[in-house]
Amino acid sequence: MENKSINLEKEFQARIDRGENIEAKDWMPEKYRKTHIRQISQHAHSEVVGMLPEGNWISRAPSLRRKVALLAKVQDEAGHGLYLYSAAETLGISRDELVEQLLEGTAKYSSIFNYPTLTWADMGAVGWLVDGAAIINQVMLTKTSYGPYARAMVRICKEESFHQRQGYEIMLALANGTDAQKQMAQDALNRFWWPSLMMFGPRDEDSPNTEQSMKWKIKKKTNDELRQQFVDQTVPQADILGLTIPDPDLKWNDENGGYDFGEIDWDEFWDVVKGNGPCNRKRMEDRNNAWDNGAWVREAALAHARKQAEQKISKTA
Amino acid sequence: MNKDWPIWEIFIRSKNGLDHRHAGSLHAADAEMAIQNARDVYTRRQEGVSVWVVESKHITASNPEKSGELFEPAKDKVYRHPTFYNLPDELKHM
Repeated sequence: MENKSINLEKEFQARIDRGENIEAKDWMPEKYRKTHIRQISQHAHSEVVGMLPEGNWISRAPSLRRKVALLAKVQDEAGHGLYLYSAAETLGISRDELVEQLLEGTAKYSSIFNYPTLTWADMGAVGWLVDGAAIINQVMLTKTSYGPYARAMVRICKEESFHQRQGYEIMLALANGTDAQKQMAQDALNRFWWPSLMMFGPRDEDSPNTEQSMKWKIKKKTNDELRQQFVDQTVPQADILGLTIPDPDLKWNDENGGYDFGEIDWDEFWDVVKGNGPCNRKRMEDRNNAWDNGAWVREAALAHARKQAEQKISKTA
Repeated sequence: MNKDWPIWEIFIRSKNGLDHRHAGSLHAADAEMAIQNARDVYTRRQEGVSVWVVESKHITASNPEKSGELFEPAKDKVYRHPTFYNLPDELKHM
């Protein structure tokens, strides 16, 4: 019995090493399944909670053009959450169980959404930086070993690029506007820069899961590699805006062909992860209210569907 | 009583003349709602002109453990492909 499971694990690893995708009904180690349920559902929860800080500004967007774009972006996030929940469900857990884990606080979502969106410029900074960081991670995940997750990522990446462009356009307009508007853009960059770098997770040496995740090709790059990629591509974008990245240690390193940057405040990072960020409680309260207040709609739809089905049967009888 | 909406598989035809292809899945109380939701989730950027929905529980899938016996027999039947046959280069229209 034990031999059989060792052989299965070896064959599984060999498939991964050959670059094969794993599909829902294939044999997989229990830990691979559990890691994926955790990671995919966290990702899904992030999409759903991520609607809150942006939803905050839909009614106050400065023009109809900005409003329809923001509305479309938030709608996309809902769709992305759905793709991801569906991918997680292929691993044998129901969406309601996943949602319950979020609402009870036993499942995590990206800490970035525990920061407030105080001004309209934050919609620019979120699109530019937060979506920018997310895209780097998601592009990598289009090549992840679990088929349903990889396919969801392909779809998400296709839709996500407009998100970043609309954010950057907001920043561009503000940065080229009045002094007050430019100041507002700079302030948004100041507040979102460090939390965006934190989105890539702890340093490699503090990330115990990285090794196994790389072996199973869940991740193809480490947290620090992805973070470096983000910094290198974002600094020139800030230059075009004429804004200053709030890091006195940021400078080009010719030898490495990339930017050196300052140390992240890891105490803040862990504090927000543990639930003490500026908006953790508010976000959970809002999600719980949305779920509770929507209960009657879900029940009514189901009751309606049952009634329709019964009527169909009695008509054909 | 189960309060979860059932799960549906969604198939989209991107334009007339092409097959419906599997796009993904979603939850809905009934078929009509599944079509509505599929419209919102999978065709927001003109990806489709027609939608099929089928409740996932009605799909029977082949067992991956049996894929050897199901699919391997085709492997050694190269004579089913046109390139198997040796014909002179000057032969045209074939």
